[in-house]
Amino acid sequence: MSGAAIEIAGLDAWYGRRQVLKGIDLAVRDGEIMVIMGGSGSGKSTLLSHLLGLLQPARGTVRLLGQDLAALTPRQLMELRRRIGVAFQSGALFSSLTVAENIMLPLEEHTALDRKTMEIIVRLKLEVVNLAGYGGLMPAELSGGMVKRAALARAIVLDPRLLFCDEPSAGLDPVVSSAIDALILRLRDAMRMTIVVVTHDLASAFAIADRMCVLDEGEVIALGRPDEIRACPLPRVQNLLNRRTPEAALDADAYLRRLLGEG
Amino acid sequence: MKAAKATVAGWALRLGIMTVDALDELGFAAVLLAKSLYWLVLGRRRNQPVRWSAVVAQAMDIGVTALPILTVLAMTIGIMLAVQGIYTLRLFGAESRVTTGIALSLIREFSSLVTGILVAGRSGSALAARLGTMTINREIDALSVMGIDPVRYLVVPPLVAMVVMVPALTLWSHLVSLLGAGLIVTHTLDIGLLTYARQVIDALRLADLVHGLAKSVIFSVLITLVGVVNGAMVQGGAEGVGRMTTRSVVQALSAILVTDMVFAFAVTR
Repeated sequence: MSGAAIEIAGLDAWYGRRQVLKGIDLAVRDGEIMVIMGGSGSGKSTLLSHLLGLLQPARGTVRLLGQDLAALTPRQLMELRRRIGVAFQSGALFSSLTVAENIMLPLEEHTALDRKTMEIIVRLKLEVVNLAGYGGLMPAELSGGMVKRAALARAIVLDPRLLFCDEPSAGLDPVVSSAIDALILRLRDAMRMTIVVVTHDLASAFAIADRMCVLDEGEVIALGRPDEIRACPLPRVQNLLNRRTPEAALDADAYLRRLLGEG
Repeated sequence: MKAAKATVAGWALRLGIMTVDALDELGFAAVLLAKSLYWLVLGRRRNQPVRWSAVVAQAMDIGVTALPILTVLAMTIGIMLAVQGIYTLRLFGAESRVTTGIALSLIREFSSLVTGILVAGRSGSALAARLGTMTINREIDALSVMGIDPVRYLVVPPLVAMVVMVPALTLWSHLVSLLGAGLIVTHTLDIGLLTYARQVIDALRLADLVHGLAKSVIFSVLITLVGVVNGAMVQGGAEGVGRMTTRSVVQALSAILVTDMVFAFAVTR
């Protein structure tokens, strides 16, 4: 498929005797935000690990920016990874480095820029993620939302063409979560990145997705624009959507109130 | 009869699994060592040089900050060996020969052993805990996806620092333990410190010094690899970090003692 930044074809993955990905076919277009969503154990994280080249496919291919990951030498894979940014769910900031040093690390490793230029770039990236002035803090001194934003700043410091975000809103309150969503949209628009977001947070997924891929038990059960996913008649998709919608949360509140004798 | 057969089969299976796991870990350690040497030699040519600032920081941590406790331990070992040696040789009326035994024992065996054990307990465990925490926080995955080789970034600096600092600490341990023994010998046998020093020099050959230092280099590689392998294998959060840190200390101490025994068999006999 032309214009695809990511192409996955017939991807199978196994953990021991359990098949966790079953013939995944997926293409992510250049410049779009693709949200991969599904419940716990649906295979999202395994799929992301394959996209990042951290796991080798049992069968099938994963192509990033036109390159088949399995065919690359370690050196070529390292080169490719310089054009990719990743923000992990936990942030994965290096605890012994300050926020600014964390963000500067890819610059130090992959560019020949002088220190002053690197500091300017770091300051700019911190401003992009609304963390200006926090560069001198250690990761342990940041709140959950700030860790996610610092991780995003580090992920985009080399201006990658592809950005992967693993559960960017997990563990955050709705306000901070919305701010992260807005930031992801801004990154796509300002930096023209292709962004893949893996999440189980439906509100966040519908807020940012150009297209969505719904995984269930290792299979792609729906793929399309948010409105198409919402209208998808498949029971497995509707079950997933209804389990997590705000309406479902309200039902749960009502149930709790009834249990407590308040309603 | 059937139950006995099943039990034997169960043991055989467990033994097989343990053997495969052990070989797997040994292979991993060998790959780590080979990769570390690769980055040391070719890192600069590939524009990914070893971070010497990290090597210096690790060397400070492994070496300089260990000096006070090593001084105490080496002094203790020297004093103990002198007291025990004089007591034993007095039974044969040969206590005047004690310096030879002390010098050879300390330089060939005890100094490097004490230093290795101290570094394994102090820095080897810290390395395993640090890498284990990084593993569960996905910091090592983060390095990989940033195009930074984790071996070059995380393994080479402590390995180089250990290989430099453990022999240096061993040399310090030689001096302090000999001094500790000297205090007892000079006092008990009523000889001067200079006489004791001359006896020590007469008793030792260069080969004895090389013997102790060569062992300390091997210990330093073993401590690093054991720490890294255990740290990289951490699973299951903080509990897993604790478990593998303990395991790394036990394995490093075992590796040091077994290596020491092999050395003694191969070289001393």
